[in-house]
Amino acid sequence: MDNSLNLSTDTLSKIDEVVSKYPEKRSASLMVIHLVQDELGAVNNLACEWIARRLELEPINVKELITFYPMLREKPWGRKHVRVCRTLPCALRGSYGTCKTFEEKLGVKEGQVSEDGEYSLEFMECLADCGQGPVVIVDEKTYENVEGKSAEKFADLLIDGNLEESDDFQSYEDSLTQERKQ
Amino acid sequence: MIAPEKNELVVISLNGVEVEVPNGINAVEAAALHGKEVPHYCYHPKLSVAGNCRMCLVEMGTPMRDRGTGDPILEEDGTPKIGWVPKPVIGCATNVSPGMHLRTESDLVNECREGIMEFLLVNHPLDCPICDQAGECRLQEFATDYGRGYSRYIERKNVKPKRTRLGPRVTLDDERCILCSRCIRFSQEVAKDDVLGFVDRGSFSTLTCFPGKELANNYSLNTVDICPVGALTSTDFRFKMRVWFLKESKSICPESSAGCNTLVSSREGVIQRITPRRNDLINDTWMTDSGRALYKLVQAEDRIRRPSANGNDIPLDDAISRAFEILKGKKIGVVASCRSTLEEQFLTHRLIELTDAKVFIRGHFGEDDGILLSADRTPNLRGALVSGLSNYYPQDHLNDLNQSISDGEVESLLVIGEDLLESGVSQDNLSKVSVVFMGTHQNSTSSIAEVILPGLTVFEKSGSFINRSFFLQSFDQAIPGPVGLLSDCEIISRLHNLLTDEAAEFFKLNEIWKAMSSSKNSLLAGIEFSELKKGVIQLDGAKWEHLSFIEKEALHHKPLELTTS
Amino acid sequence: MSTTTPKERRIILKHADDPNYSNRIGCYLREGGYESLKKAFSMKPEEVGEEVLKSGVRGRGGAGFPAGMKWKFLDRKSGKPIYLICNADESEPGTFKDRQIMYKDPHQLIEGMMISAFAIGAKQAFIYIRAEFHEGARILERAILEAKQAGFCGNQILGSTYSCDLVVHRGAGAYICGEETGLIESLEGKRPNPRIKPPYFPAVLGLYQCPTIVNNVETLCNVRHIIEIGGEEFSNIGKPNNTGTRIWCVSGQVMKPGYYEFECGALTLGEMIFNVCGGLKPGRSLKAVIPGGSSAKVLRADERFTGSLKDGSEFDWGLEDIPLDFDGPMAAGSMSGSGGIIVMDDTVDIVEAMANVNAFYAHESCGQCTPCREGSLWMRKITQRMCSGGAREEDADLLLSVAKQIEGRTICAFGEAAAWPTQSFVTKFKDDFIKKASESSKERDSKSLQLI
Repeated sequence: MDNSLNLSTDTLSKIDEVVSKYPEKRSASLMVIHLVQDELGAVNNLACEWIARRLELEPINVKELITFYPMLREKPWGRKHVRVCRTLPCALRGSYGTCKTFEEKLGVKEGQVSEDGEYSLEFMECLADCGQGPVVIVDEKTYENVEGKSAEKFADLLIDGNLEESDDFQSYEDSLTQERKQ
Repeated sequence: MIAPEKNELVVISLNGVEVEVPNGINAVEAAALHGKEVPHYCYHPKLSVAGNCRMCLVEMGTPMRDRGTGDPILEEDGTPKIGWVPKPVIGCATNVSPGMHLRTESDLVNECREGIMEFLLVNHPLDCPICDQAGECRLQEFATDYGRGYSRYIERKNVKPKRTRLGPRVTLDDERCILCSRCIRFSQEVAKDDVLGFVDRGSFSTLTCFPGKELANNYSLNTVDICPVGALTSTDFRFKMRVWFLKESKSICPESSAGCNTLVSSREGVIQRITPRRNDLINDTWMTDSGRALYKLVQAEDRIRRPSANGNDIPLDDAISRAFEILKGKKIGVVASCRSTLEEQFLTHRLIELTDAKVFIRGHFGEDDGILLSADRTPNLRGALVSGLSNYYPQDHLNDLNQSISDGEVESLLVIGEDLLESGVSQDNLSKVSVVFMGTHQNSTSSIAEVILPGLTVFEKSGSFINRSFFLQSFDQAIPGPVGLLSDCEIISRLHNLLTDEAAEFFKLNEIWKAMSSSKNSLLAGIEFSELKKGVIQLDGAKWEHLSFIEKEALHHKPLELTTS
Repeated sequence: MSTTTPKERRIILKHADDPNYSNRIGCYLREGGYESLKKAFSMKPEEVGEEVLKSGVRGRGGAGFPAGMKWKFLDRKSGKPIYLICNADESEPGTFKDRQIMYKDPHQLIEGMMISAFAIGAKQAFIYIRAEFHEGARILERAILEAKQAGFCGNQILGSTYSCDLVVHRGAGAYICGEETGLIESLEGKRPNPRIKPPYFPAVLGLYQCPTIVNNVETLCNVRHIIEIGGEEFSNIGKPNNTGTRIWCVSGQVMKPGYYEFECGALTLGEMIFNVCGGLKPGRSLKAVIPGGSSAKVLRADERFTGSLKDGSEFDWGLEDIPLDFDGPMAAGSMSGSGGIIVMDDTVDIVEAMANVNAFYAHESCGQCTPCREGSLWMRKITQRMCSGGAREEDADLLLSVAKQIEGRTICAFGEAAAWPTQSFVTKFKDDFIKKASESSKERDSKSLQLI
């Protein structure tokens, strides 16, 4: 079997599983790209060709998707990727200020990766939690009401590596498991 | 897919006038049938419908029916009440139905066109002075006909890669691209080579190939033809000539028996490019890239321009006399060609019959690509059959000629275009015969021929070919041949007269056709020359059903055994 | 305006904020889950469809089309397999209701989907969830596994002969995947370019050119409750033609933004903003409200809305009087859309607000058809220029003209979604736009709210 990307057996078996769920192989494109990206950090041209072979497509069919969707990347983000929502409801509650704070604190411009590869910042479109905006997603955790002074604190905690344990900020996902004790 | 039935005619109302159109065709075609242009970019009659340029927006309404009973609702004067669709609809995706009402000239439609035109020009670079498409650019044409006439855009335009190499023969300028996706659909559906796609999104969408891959298939230049703007351009034609200087002549591609209809564009006797001509029975609107390159043969290094004898240039009349000297009284062999026109083959056949010459003919075969490059790489093999020149299916060699020379059955040869060494005639045998060579380009045979009579390429003469589906097609001369030459028909005719003491002169095509169509047993019986000039004539190839024609099933072609089985 | 706070009626979000309720199947079953599925399986599929039709439930994804009628359009004669797709690509700015359902009560969605799949005879069902809901996709997959093990999903559901597999498919961050044909294209693994309709109506030529139904998360959850209490009973909730409850998502500059579920028409926009959501921040006054996600037309705080409703009655409303259902905001010239109410107070620079919205649409346009692709970017460039000191007086009319050239001329409704905000903002706040020209040399006030 072609494993020129050196993917883990776990990823390879997940790919097999996901491809089998769809009536047509091409439908699994996004899911396979996600799996490859989760392991390799990004989907470069080589990975693109591998995925095309796996799904019996042309490489251009896969590249079309990767360049279309903002969450699919050809070059990896930083080790910690911070997404701030830009759209109107969050902007009304100060998300532009939040983004600027992060730019200053993390030392990286919006849309870029920091020089040491540690942080990257992305000013995204609506993240669907507008009532508690400004919304910030760090890697896969969604944080709410991150603005003004609280944004500065957030950035400091992130840099110190204490964000997850902090009591000041509980992610949406963690609040589910915390409150819901059976 | 949108696949209409094109059987009967129905009555629709086009801008208030009742007209008849075939049922199920789309509104753009229906309007065109009655002289009304509906401008469009992404629609192409030979590709699937995309509907993304939105230029063909028209107003459409259908007769209203009562929801409950299904009865037609009528106006006060008894005419059907028309339910107009509140938004304009795209004409290319709207198939006509009986009683449909279309408006292609209303205020709303004009506004739509102005709007779309404006949007297309908003990010379009001001490249007209350096763009090859100028003069045949749909953006230019529709902007003048349907645009607002002035620009309101003061922002910056998008920047994209310019003059990139998309493939060996195609140059891509992404800024000019209007994202109509014709090229992508063509590559997927006709050329069956899915290499093109759009990357990025929105107004930054860019046409490209995957890095490392190229648009290199043998139909890549068709994307240049169908690109409505100057985004895809031919690298060969780039910056060569402004199109309004070009004279266009109708021709047939001589590359293979597919018989693609072409348009030869020339200026002052020099061919600048070849493009396909639409023929719904044969090649749709496509042709091969390799076929287009054939115009380079005209000025090739090894082109024979002057008659000669034993290596010395002599006037044509002298050359013909010398040829006569070589052939008269000897055992003559004629190596005919499947590349000759039907008229030339007819005259050659007459010469052979009346001089009792032996005839030899070979085919040139290659890989059949299933589209428009057939396995038979000569344009008129069937002409040889129909004219009686050959009564067997030509093989890919001339071993029988080699044998005949060995057996002493031929002493002098009239060779039309072929390379005998390549065809299996031994060097030894070649030295035993005297050769009169008639052809356009030098080869090993012309270099040992005693007399060389220059021929004319397809572009320098008129004639007809019969293609793989037994379609008889004529083509016109596009450019004059080298100075001082006669057409192949005239040369053969003169030789014939000398060898047979006849005085018939077959120089003009219509005279030759009078003779060709008078023979009662021929397939060509009764064909009028004027009819031939008007269009394609289907001949019945049933007589040769038993022959194993080498062509496979391809675009608009089904081999005989598949159709009759 | 009443002085008592109208009461929510939580049907869908009944357990969403219950600290003792988890998203595992044990909890769901304890609270009576999957009983409706059993009830549906005791009926014939057509009967289930009839109940949904009787209930009058309208799509909660934005278009508000009656779900039962959409199911009726399904082409059952072709013999091709039928597919059910749940549109969980919640991306309309201002909307955050589907997230609550999927993260906190996923089994409700699964049950609703299985009932719907059974009703339409689907061969396979998909949940297209936006990629930003990382955990949501995992929660759903876990819930599906639980449901499968309990026989509520997958092979031979409830021991019957009906099988329907449920697949979670993640998107990758494109708003256009929320458009039903864009979603179908994305599910097929291609670029999510919406299809031209006609002829590609999903009910006839959908996923893999087979008949397909695409419904919103909330709509499918309602199906479970419709079967539970019956279609007719359901139609008594809310108002005629506006049946059931709706989850309204209020965001922007109110004291208590969040999600609230009310019967259709149970409260007015004013009651929502000033009672339920605690009003605006102290010292501020209301300037504008977008009632249905950013694609809906904006409503001015001091506007008056007059006309007659479908039942013939006349109305004369201020902004606060608009009833929160489907027809109310529509009568006021906007739409309830996805239920995302965005509130703006007087500190908001309207031109900047619109620039923010224009930037969203320019970024999210798929680029397939000319008017939306070029027009949305052009409008963004104009408003961006206006907000950085280059405004001209004629820009207001230019924006209106460009928006008019997009509306109605595109392949999908994204054209309208991009054009309506511009048209409504510029028309209703024309003075703000024209004034911008004279503010050209003003530097941004560091204290003012930056929106672009």
